[in-house]
Amino acid sequence: MTERDIEFKVFRYKQGGAAPAHQTFTVRCDENTTVLVALQDIRRDQDGTLILRHSCHHASCGTCGMRINGREELACVVKVFELGTPTVVVEPMRNMPVISDLVVDMEPFYDRFNAAGMPFIRESEYLEEAEVAEGLETYMRCENCIECNLCVSACPIMGTDPTYIGPAALAATWRVVEEPRGLDSRPLLDWVDSQNGCWRCHVAYECNEACPSGVLPGDKIMSLRRELTKRKFRRLFGR
Amino acid sequence: MDNIQPTTDPVRPKAPLRSWFDVRGRSLSTLAFALNRLTAIGLTIYLFLHLAVLSLLLRGPEGWDQFVALAKNPAFLLLDVVLLFGVVYHMANGIRVALVGMGVAHTRQKSLFYVLVGIALVAFVVGAVLIFVE
Repeated sequence: MTERDIEFKVFRYKQGGAAPAHQTFTVRCDENTTVLVALQDIRRDQDGTLILRHSCHHASCGTCGMRINGREELACVVKVFELGTPTVVVEPMRNMPVISDLVVDMEPFYDRFNAAGMPFIRESEYLEEAEVAEGLETYMRCENCIECNLCVSACPIMGTDPTYIGPAALAATWRVVEEPRGLDSRPLLDWVDSQNGCWRCHVAYECNEACPSGVLPGDKIMSLRRELTKRKFRRLFGR
Repeated sequence: MDNIQPTTDPVRPKAPLRSWFDVRGRSLSTLAFALNRLTAIGLTIYLFLHLAVLSLLLRGPEGWDQFVALAKNPAFLLLDVVLLFGVVYHMANGIRVALVGMGVAHTRQKSLFYVLVGIALVAFVVGAVLIFVE
């Protein structure tokens, strides 16, 4: 197995501390080393104060999202050698407040889902007999979106407008509109038919490129627009 | 629903220009988006310049003739070529954005880009040659 020393230039920031800066670490890697494993090695062997977030190690949980060499990726599935660069630059996701090092505050992300008043689990999917696990208020709907925030980080409009609803919440809204299963989707359509809603998107489609689970948020935003355009025409002609 | 938390980050303030124009490692669609913004800004500036130039007519034939002589200079013609690129690109990509933005053929947005911007580039090359030949 080939081994090589790889340099990692890691974004460092502590609240109340010095201004953000990059710190360089050298890690011995082989062809199976992922960026997440390398970062864990740094934390274990070189600097225990390095803060990162992770859980499943197989692209299911969406918690290890970060920018690797300037692109939004899940660190657990990016192999260091496949990047092909002698130095790997690792930074926290953009467009969410950074808490510490590679960890961002995800509250504005989840707030967008909640603000929609969108049911995370639809009535038709809810099993009366299902007991909600300890520590959870309710079950959340399981869809392709793993709520990793990579699309939000990649979106150039999120980098401009702090109140833009953003690709993830808009894509989730489309899921309900597309398949309402008895729900009234009109309030949701009203919500996204706004300056900060789906009309704020400027068709850069970087969300589609960043999404690790095939949600294609950009396509969903355009589907919402098509639906709203139809609705506006229907209203125009009094139907 | 309006009171969603802003995504403001005091540590990394939003930088629109960097957000729009930093295309390193980004996809073709982002390049199309950045170029659309750049040409939009350029065409807006041009519109004001154009109005300023037209105002030379208020000074009578002398002022206008001086400008026309300047406009025949090859360096000035090069600016016309840049302007032509801005116009044809913004028009072609604008048609794509309008179609995709209304949910028409949005799943084929990359193909639309190649076709429309391809046509625009052909028009640009023909136009650029004509600017210097005519």
